[in-house]
Amino acid sequence: MSATYDEVVAKYDPVLGLEVHVELNTNSKMFCSCTTTFGAEPNTQTCPVCLALPGALPVVNEKAIESTIKIGLALNCSIAPFSRFARKNYFYPDMPKNFQISQYDEPICVDGFVDVEIETDEGPKQFRVEIERVHMEEDTGKSLHVGGATGRIHGAEYSLLDYNRAGIPLVEIVTKIVPGTGKYAPEVARAYVAELRDILRGLGVSDVKMEQGSLRCDANVSLKPMGSEVLGTRSETKNVNSLRSVERAVRGEMIRHADLLNEGKKVKQETRHFQEDTGLTRSGRSKEQAEDYRYFPEPDLIPVAPDAAWIEELRKTLPERPSIRRKRLKEEWAVPDKEMAAMINADVLDIVEATVLLGCDPTKARTWWLGEISRIANEKDVAIAELSITPADVAEVVSLIASGELTDKLARQVIEGIIGGEGNAKQVIDKRGIKVVNNDDELIAAIERACAAQPETAEKVRNGHIPAAGALIGAVMKDTKGQADAAKVRELLLGHLGQSGN
Amino acid sequence: MINKTAAEMADALSKGETTSLALTQAHLDRISAVDSKVKAFLHVDKEGALAQAASVDAKRAKGEKLSPLAGIPLALKDVLAQKGVPTTAGSKILQGWRPPYDSTVAAKLKAAGVVIVGKTNMDEFAMGSSTENSGFGPTFNPWDLTRTPGGSSGGSAAAVSSFQTPLAIGSDTGGSIRQPAALTGIVGVRPTYGAVSRYGLIAYSSSLDQAGPFGRTVLDTALLHEVIAGHDAHDATSINADVPAVVAAAKSGDVKGLKIGVIKQLQGEGYQKGVQTRFDESLKLLASLGAEIVEVDCPNFEYALAAYYLIAPSEASSNLARFDAMRYGLRVGDKDGASAEAVMNITRDAGFGREVKRRIILGTYALSSGYYDAYYGSAQKIRTLIIEDYAKAFAKADVLVSPTAPTTAYKIGEKVDDPMAMYLGDVATIPVNLAGICGMSLPAGLAEEDGLPVGFQIMAPAMQDQRLYQVGAALEAALNSKWGAPILSNAPSLGGAA
Amino acid sequence: MSSLSRDDVAKLAALARIEMTEAELIELSSQFGMILDAVARVQDVNLDGVKPTSHPQPMLNITRPDVVAPSLSPEDALSGAPAQEDQRFRVPQILGEAE
Ligand SMILES: [Mg+2]
Ligand SMILES: [Zn+2]
Repeated sequence: MSATYDEVVAKYDPVLGLEVHVELNTNSKMFCSCTTTFGAEPNTQTCPVCLALPGALPVVNEKAIESTIKIGLALNCSIAPFSRFARKNYFYPDMPKNFQISQYDEPICVDGFVDVEIETDEGPKQFRVEIERVHMEEDTGKSLHVGGATGRIHGAEYSLLDYNRAGIPLVEIVTKIVPGTGKYAPEVARAYVAELRDILRGLGVSDVKMEQGSLRCDANVSLKPMGSEVLGTRSETKNVNSLRSVERAVRGEMIRHADLLNEGKKVKQETRHFQEDTGLTRSGRSKEQAEDYRYFPEPDLIPVAPDAAWIEELRKTLPERPSIRRKRLKEEWAVPDKEMAAMINADVLDIVEATVLLGCDPTKARTWWLGEISRIANEKDVAIAELSITPADVAEVVSLIASGELTDKLARQVIEGIIGGEGNAKQVIDKRGIKVVNNDDELIAAIERACAAQPETAEKVRNGHIPAAGALIGAVMKDTKGQADAAKVRELLLGHLGQSGN
Repeated sequence: MINKTAAEMADALSKGETTSLALTQAHLDRISAVDSKVKAFLHVDKEGALAQAASVDAKRAKGEKLSPLAGIPLALKDVLAQKGVPTTAGSKILQGWRPPYDSTVAAKLKAAGVVIVGKTNMDEFAMGSSTENSGFGPTFNPWDLTRTPGGSSGGSAAAVSSFQTPLAIGSDTGGSIRQPAALTGIVGVRPTYGAVSRYGLIAYSSSLDQAGPFGRTVLDTALLHEVIAGHDAHDATSINADVPAVVAAAKSGDVKGLKIGVIKQLQGEGYQKGVQTRFDESLKLLASLGAEIVEVDCPNFEYALAAYYLIAPSEASSNLARFDAMRYGLRVGDKDGASAEAVMNITRDAGFGREVKRRIILGTYALSSGYYDAYYGSAQKIRTLIIEDYAKAFAKADVLVSPTAPTTAYKIGEKVDDPMAMYLGDVATIPVNLAGICGMSLPAGLAEEDGLPVGFQIMAPAMQDQRLYQVGAALEAALNSKWGAPILSNAPSLGGAA
Repeated sequence: MSSLSRDDVAKLAALARIEMTEAELIELSSQFGMILDAVARVQDVNLDGVKPTSHPQPMLNITRPDVVAPSLSPEDALSGAPAQEDQRFRVPQILGEAE
């Protein structure tokens, strides 16, 4: 019988440790000049270096160093005046050299922290996650397992290797152990990864797409009995590919550990694999013997000793910390919590801010981006940023509504036209012949036609049954092809039927 | 024609007295005649060589400006990748591999119009001092076919000393250019670490490896040195500075007032009598030319061999991990549902020779957790002490000298079962590699007891390679006039048409 | 006198991914004592305060600009492959899991 989560946290204190691997969005790979574009045909982005052909040598990408230093600074780390690459030796077919160039005892960034805020029973509470190190390394190729269960390594007859991803720059961000989160450990883990993702996105150093693997989290979890000072044995869960999964994986491991401990069993120090479908982890295939990575300084590369002045230059380019910025925008725009969360989830904060900076009303900007434009993006199954509509377009549409040149309904047509590639707002209006019908005579004529077509409804309204007016207003709108201002139609109709003043 | 120096051949080409095609064909004929005895080549690229020769001749006919060595044949150590040409590093694990790219050295040679006639035999992955560790059988010393030509660049040295090519490229990780040059009576230079790009040089020990030139004269060697040296953005350890003026130095050859330091630790006990005698004579000659001979003390050289045999195998154990049967080279045991891991294990056992396996295991041990500090870590500290010894010695002398190898060429098979005895042959050459400086070996005469060539080693500080050529040229001229002819003129003809 | 047992050598061979025969394991373990004694001489010197040298030239910060250059054609990339399928390197079934 499995313990409930409440039982687990009543009896045990969880300790977290998180390792995040981030693929940098450099143009070329970490140690060679192959392109890094995602999704290319297999083995079209390889060269003697990233295939580890005999004789090939690595040379460090300077942009990767710059991005890593920026990450370190954004995570409040100190930047080492002298750091070095090391070889981590182990055999694996997806790693062409059979060693990974990484950093070992001399990483480039050390000792930072990230503050995260989560909702607790006592309201919002801040937790500090301390960063042990940030270091540079390289990604591996991808293997496709053929035969046996689909795509899985177990039971496969053979594997096919594509080295396009081999040598993509990776930054590994390792936390110190995170104690004291209590029952909020899963939420803290999630909030940390979310905050990290936002910081990295703000820096523009990575695509941070968890689903594409450009941001990957390994979650280490251990439990210690309440009041004990001795750390428990940890498990390391890999393949955690979404924020929700981070939370689920930590929670699931806490329960699994507690069950073992409650039965008097030991937790095994091992690698576990998170399974999206069940939310549980499974044991990795254990190795015959513990790996001995035989780290030593990479003799093909020269130490990295970043200039202090350069570090200060980079520090000046750092954007506002995402959590601080969110707090500021929420206040400036007077956004309710729920709406703020919706904007963050939909990833429209940047674009809304850009629209507001063009003089647009924050509420209107938010409504358009989060509403109509998000809807179209969903329909097309693309990211909002990929649509051809700009903050300037939205600001213009909003100002046209304010000046009465567009109705909300017409504005939707304009936005559809802009996204459809018909030009800017003015061009769409011209091309589609969109105009608000404000001419009273034209409207009265349409109203008369509507009343003539639906005499019984008109009579109802005349007798004071105002809700019946909706059908007539609809007919008028249809008659004017939606180009009339509905409020104006209503006013004129009611007047025409002797109901003005209601 | 094949008995001329490369400089003389180049002169004849520029005067139109011969063509590169004729010159190349003459060397290909010589290879056909004698290489069945010497076994210097693993692969002869007849077509490629003749095509390059024809292309150079065509350019010359059009009056294009050509590099000084354009049209001259050369032998390339098989450790350097050459696009489309079999490249094995002397190992069965790479048998049949044709690189899809050129090493920077091969690219520079091609760009200079040098005619690469083939790939030469070597100790597997450059691990050895006799070329007996080749996966494809040994190379034989042209002076005495029962003896080794030294190694690991034994094929290149033997090719040049048997007049199969006037020039060759070798690589020197612990003496692998200088020692075979000494044992075959030719000139070999290990340039300063970082002076010649390692891109495309199949790595043995990354922090020690360096490709360099072989020639029959100091000037020829200098001409080749200038072709292959220079900064390369594909090698992060490449030095970004002008190439030292080695050709000019080889032409001047003046040692008046130069201070020459004799390293106390690299002579005397353990050195063959004839080797020591020729070394001492050479010192006298240099003194007679106006050089000042001083003695210098390098106490930590005593530990150089030990440090080398930790650092090189450690780096090698990692460098050779890529030979795993997955992407290129040999694959053995891929049947009956064998796993990738099993195939790697079986292939690496089958594809690597004994010495390579020995060094991989030694390196794996030296790097493994719990032993790193005692072995690899200590070796790197010894390296620091050796660099300091050199710094002190170079404060007293412009160049340092020693015999290149403690003995002349030994019999094939004599030391294969005694790795330690084999390792001792590198005692005088290894300190140069550990310190990353430059060194030359040139023939100092024949040892009286066996009539075999003796090498004289000159060492200079990093990026002062021109000093090697300056002193080398002076000594070469003095020795030629002392003996009345170049030392190599005493080499047996091997029955081929000379 | 240092030594490495046959089992020690077998462990190292497994780390180095070399399937050695019994004869090879025994030969190596018999030679290792002598070789280790020789290389252990590096410990005969007082190395307190001596900095290790991992690279002979004192250089720093050698990097390349983040500029893309052409890759190999897939045909060239796969030209040495012992086996291939669908423009990928074909390898036997992999037992262990990725790091
Ligand atoms: Mg890592
Ligand atoms: Zn590449």
